[in-house]
Formats: sequence, C-alpha cells, structure tokens
Amino acid sequence: MTDFVTPREMAEMIPSGCKLGLAPDDYAAAPGLVRMLIDRGIRDLHVVCAPIGGMQVDMLIGAGAVATLETSAVSLGEAGGAPCFSRAVRDGSIRLRDATCPAVFAGLTAAEKGVPFMPIRGIIGSDVLEKRDDWKVTSNPFDDGEKIVVVSAIQPDVALFHAPEADRFGNVRLGRRRETMLLAHASKRAFVTVERISETSLLEDEKMAAGVLPAIYVSAVAQLKNGGWPTGLYAEYPRDGQEVEKYARAARSPEGFQAYMRGARSAA
Amino acid sequence: MSEACTSRELMIYTISRLLKGVRHVAVGQSSPMPAAGAMLLRALNQRDGLEHVQVSILGSVKHNSFTGGAEELFDCAAQGRLDAFFLGGGQIDGQGNVNLVGTGDYPNNPVRWPGSFGSAYLYFLVPRVILFREEHSLRSLVERVDFVSAPGVTDETVYRRGGPHALLTNAALFSFDREAGRFRLESTHPGYGWRDIRGTTGFSYDNERCEVTTPLPDEATLTLIRGRIREELRECYPQFAGNMPGPN
Repeated sequence: MTDFVTPREMAEMIPSGCKLGLAPDDYAAAPGLVRMLIDRGIRDLHVVCAPIGGMQVDMLIGAGAVATLETSAVSLGEAGGAPCFSRAVRDGSIRLRDATCPAVFAGLTAAEKGVPFMPIRGIIGSDVLEKRDDWKVTSNPFDDGEKIVVVSAIQPDVALFHAPEADRFGNVRLGRRRETMLLAHASKRAFVTVERISETSLLEDEKMAAGVLPAIYVSAVAQLKNGGWPTGLYAEYPRDGQEVEKYARAARSPEGFQAYMRGARSAA
Repeated sequence: MSEACTSRELMIYTISRLLKGVRHVAVGQSSPMPAAGAMLLRALNQRDGLEHVQVSILGSVKHNSFTGGAEELFDCAAQGRLDAFFLGGGQIDGQGNVNLVGTGDYPNNPVRWPGSFGSAYLYFLVPRVILFREEHSLRSLVERVDFVSAPGVTDETVYRRGGPHALLTNAALFSFDREAGRFRLESTHPGYGWRDIRGTTGFSYDNERCEVTTPLPDEATLTLIRGRIREELRECYPQFAGNMPGPN
C-alpha cells in the first residue's frame, strides 16, 4: 500500500544513515524534498546518483548530510562545477566512489533482477576501475580469451524522486525516463513527490501505462508543486537557470552556502 | 558583409566535417559546441539531399528520440548503433587518455572536475569518439593525465571497437592513430602556426611542422549556424545560444 503524506512527513520517513538513490537534475530530481531533508538535519547518507548528481546533491553535501557519495559526476550544468562537492573532495569529508554512468545502471539492473552482479563492457584500463573494490575483472565464462568487468548490485534503501503525476492508488507516471523506473525497481522503497494527483487510475489508459511505475514499488507519495525547482522536471518545466547560477555563486564559500539555504528557506 | 567567423563557429563547422558519414551521433550533457556541430551536419545533409543523420542530445526533449532513458544510449553503443560521440576532459594526454576527474592525487584532488560520466565505457564502444577541448594549453594537453577516466588504447584481451578519432581545440585539429597510440597534427586554425601548437602542447605528436590551415565555413554554412543551429541550441543551451552571433 502506498501512503499519501505531506512533504514534511515524507522527509521524516527517510532515515539518516540510509543508502539514498537520487535521480539526475532536470529529469526527476527532487530538490524541494531534499531541502526538507536538510532542514530536519538528516545525516550520514550514502548517496547513490543514478547516474549523476547536480544541485540537490551539492546541497546535501554542503549541509554535511553525506558520508559516502557514489556517482559518475556532479555538475551544475551550464552554471559550472558543483562547489560544495569540490570542497568536500579537497577536505576529504566525504567518502568517494567514482563510477561511470552505465556501470551505475548495470549495478541497479543487477539489484532489479535480484542477481549479485552484472557484466559490463569497457572500463578496463581506467583508474575508475582501480579505485573500486566492488568492481572486478573476470574472464568471459564463454570465451576465456576475453576479460570483462563485473559490477556488484546496487540496492538503495530508498529511492527519492519527483514526477509529474501520481494517481490515488499510488501509481506514478514517469514517461520515457526509464532510468528512474530502474532506480525504483532496484530500491527497497521509493518515495515520490509529484506535481499533481489524478483521481483516475493512470493504468487505465493503455497509451500511458508503459510509462507508469506501478504502486507496488511506491512506498509513499507527497504532492509538492514545483518540487523539481530550481532544476527542471522533464517535459514539464525547464530549470530556472538564474536561480541555479545564484546558488553556484553563493555556494563558492561555506558561509555563502549557509546564507543561500537560509534565504531559500524563508522564501519558501 | 556579415561578421567574420568566430573561433567557436570554426569549431562547430570542424565538428560537422569530422562527423561526415555518420548515421547516428550522440552528444552528452554540457556540450553545446558538439551539439551544434552534430545539428549542423544534420542540417547540411538535409539541405543537400544526403543521408539523414540521427542526432541524440542528452538532456533534450526535442532532439532525442530515446524512450528507454539514459540507459538506452549505452545499450545503443554496445550494440553498434551509435557511430560517434564526444568526450571532453580537463586533461588529455598523448596516448589519448582522458581525465574528467581532477588534478593531483585521488581521492582528495586539489582541483576536482565533475567526474567520468559515461567515458570509461563509451570510449571502448563508439567507433568515432571526438575529443573536444576548447583550451589548448600545457595544462590541458599533458604528457600523462593525473587520473585515467578512460584509456586511449587497450590490449587485445579487452573488447574494443571504439576509441579516439580526433582531437579538436580552439587552436588546432589532430587525428589519432590507434595502432601507434599517437596524435598527428592535421591543421592549425587561422591565427595559429605550427610553432604555436608545439609550444602549447604538452605531449609529442606526429607531423609537427604542419602547414595546413583549418578551412573556414562558407557564407551559407555560417548563415545556417547563426540561424537554424542557434535556434535549435536554445532549448538545452540558452546561455550559449544567447552569446552566439546571429540576427537580432
């Protein structure tokens, strides 16, 4: 059964110390709810970016909420590098697990299928592989002459993302952004903020059904309008470039970051 | 007379030349010039009645037909359905290794860049990977990268059908010889001579004394870049498009 809760209640349901899977900015990122996680003082997260992170991840790092970060990249897009991330790397205040995008998808796919690992092409000869003790090089069991990488399954405790729409039964429309579907399938629980809630089932319309995450994967839904702001929501609204720029400038110093977060809170 | 071709327009045009003959080209996040180059080839082919070019711009709603999310790009590459892709890199070295992670020692790099994205995988699987780095300097083009996000060459025990095809900067164009594992200077952009390139490139390469100048786009192509391409870029790269020359 999917619970229907307020955003504040949802923020309380996501525990400190969990392995938290997040969607990329402008697709299905949930910075609105992430702001509430920060407000309530969440700590010691193992964040899995599926497969990259942006402003919401940078904010979590800046707030000191992240212990381990597993990602293929963190960037603010046209607004440049992610300042809190860069600072935390230099300070050594987060444990880094650098990845490459398709390896994150392979790890999530392994979890989705309930198998311990997944083979994947490429990667051999990179330092990304050298730094990962949970990726290994093995030989192709069907062709001894070939080496291939296997990555271990990635199963987040919680997936958190923002979507255009849910229905009263807990089904969530994601559309063509299948990586978010994969993230939800791979995670133990999914928490979703949405722009709107439909009174009729999203699964009734055959044309839409294939892009719908069924309620069996969805632990809770909260309506949070503009929950993707200031980043965008795929096919709904673009990012607010000026606001992300404002953040990028402010977060260059820890004091500026704190001031931005206080300002954003009072405006909310 | 219209405004002279800018350095960025020359690079966009050069990218379209490097892509000639591809059926499907994909462009990653935060890559306005590669996106523009791919869009330009599509527009030129359409104008000239040549083969349709499928352009997949990650992050775009209009210029991206994938329905399987970002995974589909990687699956397409693994199946051989993707002919060309672009990689940047804070550092690129003479063996074609790229570093998207940072300078100095990992993990506490004093200068940290976003990360490796899909490079460690796509570099092996996409036949024509174009290395693109605007800055041509001893700091960006180095003898040996500090961190290998993706290696330029691989031994025969590893499946590999892709790799570096060319390296384009704001000053020159190189090709890459996969057998030798070395770059070759193909041309220098207007305003740069081979000595400038030698002095600002941190690795050794073939054909050092290259006298070829990178060709400029003709007036019709320049008009296309300033019109249709600039408009197509606006969706994903509003700031970049806004800074390009064009009508109004």
